Amino acid sequence: MSEKWVAVCQDQDLIPGTGLCALVEGEQVAVFKIRKDSQLFAVSNYDPIGDANVLARGMTGSIGESIVVASPLYKQHFDLQTGQCVEDSEVSIKTFSVRKNGESIEIKAS
Amino acid sequence: MAKQRVLVVGNGMVGHKFIDSMLATSSIDQYEVITFSEEPRLAYDRVQLSSYFSGATADDLMLTSEGYYQDNGINYVLNERVAEINREEKYVVTDSGRKEAYDSLVLATGSYPFVPPIPGNDQEHCLVYRTIEDLEAITESAKCSKVGVVVGGGLLGLEAANALKNLGIEAHVVEFAPRLMAVQLDEGGGELLRKKIEDLGVGVHTEKATTEIVAGEQCRYRMNFADGSHLETDMILFSAGIRPQDALAKQSGLEIGERGGIVIDNQCKTNDPNIYAVGECALWDGKIFGLVAPGYSMAKVAAETITESGESQFLGADMSTKLKLLGVDVASIGDAHGKTPGCLSYTYSDDVEQVYKRLIVSEDGKKVVGAVLIGDVDAYGSLLQLMLNDMELPESPEALILPSVEGGEAAGLGVDTLPDTAVICSCFDVTKGDIAAAVAEGATDMGAIKSVTNASTGCGGCAALAKQVLDASLLSLGYEVNTDICEHFAYSRQELADIVRVKKIRTFDELLESHGKGHGCDICKPTVGSILASFWNDYVLEDNHIGLQDTNDIYLGNMQKDGTYSVVPRIAGGEITPDKLIVIGEVAKEFNLYTKITGGQRIDLFGAQLHELPLIWKQLVAAGFETGHAYGKSVRTVKSCVGSTWCRYGVDDSVGLSIDIENRYKGLRAPHKLKFAVSGCTRECAEAQCKDVGIIATDNGWNLYVCGNGGMRPRHADLFATDLDTETLIKTIDRFLMFYIRTADRLQRTSVWLENLEGGLDYLKKVILDDSLNIGDELEAEMKNNIANYQCEWKTTLESPEKLKRFSHFINSDESDSNIAFVAERGQRRPATKQEREDKVNLIELVD
Repeated sequence: MSEKWVAVCQDQDLIPGTGLCALVEGEQVAVFKIRKDSQLFAVSNYDPIGDANVLARGMTGSIGESIVVASPLYKQHFDLQTGQCVEDSEVSIKTFSVRKNGESIEIKAS
Repeated sequence: MAKQRVLVVGNGMVGHKFIDSMLATSSIDQYEVITFSEEPRLAYDRVQLSSYFSGATADDLMLTSEGYYQDNGINYVLNERVAEINREEKYVVTDSGRKEAYDSLVLATGSYPFVPPIPGNDQEHCLVYRTIEDLEAITESAKCSKVGVVVGGGLLGLEAANALKNLGIEAHVVEFAPRLMAVQLDEGGGELLRKKIEDLGVGVHTEKATTEIVAGEQCRYRMNFADGSHLETDMILFSAGIRPQDALAKQSGLEIGERGGIVIDNQCKTNDPNIYAVGECALWDGKIFGLVAPGYSMAKVAAETITESGESQFLGADMSTKLKLLGVDVASIGDAHGKTPGCLSYTYSDDVEQVYKRLIVSEDGKKVVGAVLIGDVDAYGSLLQLMLNDMELPESPEALILPSVEGGEAAGLGVDTLPDTAVICSCFDVTKGDIAAAVAEGATDMGAIKSVTNASTGCGGCAALAKQVLDASLLSLGYEVNTDICEHFAYSRQELADIVRVKKIRTFDELLESHGKGHGCDICKPTVGSILASFWNDYVLEDNHIGLQDTNDIYLGNMQKDGTYSVVPRIAGGEITPDKLIVIGEVAKEFNLYTKITGGQRIDLFGAQLHELPLIWKQLVAAGFETGHAYGKSVRTVKSCVGSTWCRYGVDDSVGLSIDIENRYKGLRAPHKLKFAVSGCTRECAEAQCKDVGIIATDNGWNLYVCGNGGMRPRHADLFATDLDTETLIKTIDRFLMFYIRTADRLQRTSVWLENLEGGLDYLKKVILDDSLNIGDELEAEMKNNIANYQCEWKTTLESPEKLKRFSHFINSDESDSNIAFVAERGQRRPATKQEREDKVNLIELVD
């Protein structure tokens, strides 16, 4: 079965250090570009603790070696690599594969 | 078993302390406590009485409340004087004939002001300074007076003179002795104090014995003096000392001292074993103690003796004092006159800086026996501890009063050398050991120390010393006092601010590269973003800065629980035209926004989705609105009352000033939000005294208050400067704000910042008003630069199609967030609860 990558925006649309929300086959996906080496991450946009679609508007950073996003509602951190909530081991969010293809940013449909 | 009845006559500071001490004992349920007061209210803080003239109300001064007494089962009778004691049958009778039996009787009747027997002293506008009612009478009298005289140049007399000055009338002090504060100061100290007070425009007349008060020519009265001279005045305040209120004890046959005072022993018992006396009415070892701390000690001793819960004794008290009189620092320790046989003294006198210090040591030069400090009282804490703990002086005692040489450490006393029993705060009897214990239990900053131990919450004189004990305790417990803001920067916010300012760093990446590690986080990024904005004030949505902002700053709105935003346009000073009000209404209607009036006198519009924000702001900006920065750690509002333009009582134009101030500081980024208010008169309708910066109009200009707070932990603002003209006021606020921005911790409001600032309010005044750090010009220049770079972020954003791209829920779709749903309530809409969303009942249909 062939993989399906969905182009969501141009690389220049995503300012380093910020996130955007994309609609990928009915799912809300938060895409982030990290400042240091422009690394890309994608996770679900839904904050299960705040019960709202807001994670793309959170602030990114690092805790030790992990790259994380902080929910803009109640500030819990989610590991962008694994989706694990740092403050609550019971909570995690879905992660997505993301890549830069030419000038466009693509997310793998699940 | 029937309860023991304890009657307390008098509910002043000491009477109340006695009741509090009773409540603190474990056997309180075996006692029935009743207190009588001839004043109309329960105990209030007489020490802070003069703050009544700088805005404090009777309520602010209260030490307790009727509710507190009721909750604790204390019976109280106000407005009722005890007229008679029947010692045989152990009961008292009040003026109204009420009879109450007692097992133990405590006399806490206090003192009354001594009015010298001068003919004419009983006329109108001849007043005393003791109770809240006295202050009310003084205020009334001052309204129809131009000149006021205080008879008595002691501690209270000078406070009274300050009160007259604050009431805006010409003040004079008339003293019988050759110098001011003759009890506490030596000749040199008294002379300098006189000079300083005269410089403030208060007339000082020493060695004047008033012979009569007669009708005046220019003023209401003329005071004739024994030396043939005279002084004209409209009102006279007698503050010539206190006399123990011992009449009740006397008529009951209790033993009274030759010059008054109820004689007590070390347990505070009178010659009747069932009757005790505490406070200023009591005479111990031939001495009356006119300070509150010894009174408190007596109250504790009496309570312990009555309840048999301890064996403490009253063994006299140290009468050292440190205070600020008319803005002049004055301190007196122990034997200030050098009367100890054989004692030696060191004197340091500086006419230029107007500082006088005299240290008096024992014959062998090893112990402190006394000291007088005027103008610079920093050495007070060290000297007092050396004396109280009978500690040996260092080799060159003069170093203790000499100014520190540039670069050198000021000579002082290492707090490590103090014993655990050393009393640090004498107002609340807090020892070094108490503070150390509080630290060990987790109170690790001054704010926590104050709330746990009460240290430094009375007169505040021990603040610097208490902070030193705190730091030393932290060190000895192995605490590394870590002020790093997070794992990415090994610096405090203040250090980061210094680095940014001095090295002229303009981006987060630059700072992380040179001074940090890792990727940063949601702690350091907004902190640095705020620092950069405070000093350079670039557009916060520049690519370099955008990732540093919390979502509220990125989208220039306040995110609510459902992910929508609220919109707050600036309404400077709360003044708005009907046309603009209509625009807000029309915009709210068009976008179906929930509207609510805020506490800061503006209008909040809720429920805007991301894609609607630019559309809403386009209309608002077109109508002349600007962003209100409700989303930023920045200047929020300057609340105002309507002021002199409309109000019958208004003294000055509070609305005009508040609009000017709001426009001056709008957009200023700070460690936390900043709230201001301006009141047009002393009625204070704008509630300026619970704001970071509060301004109140006076007959002579503006009074400035700082570091107040409402909210979670209310704090009454401190009076910072009085009667400023508008230009000086603005200059002072410029400096104050920039100094706060430079030195506060992240998310530290001005109230907490001040409480943790070493040196406290006095230090802050020195830096801002006296420019002691010589940074005044720099601070003003920084503020000027910040103001010059102001922009309305919404206006700038609307002009950039690139920036507007971010304002849609999806980057790749025009759809909106399907999770957002509203229901109707009281004619507007609110977010649906999770249940309502799932049940899909009553949801409002959203139309894009």
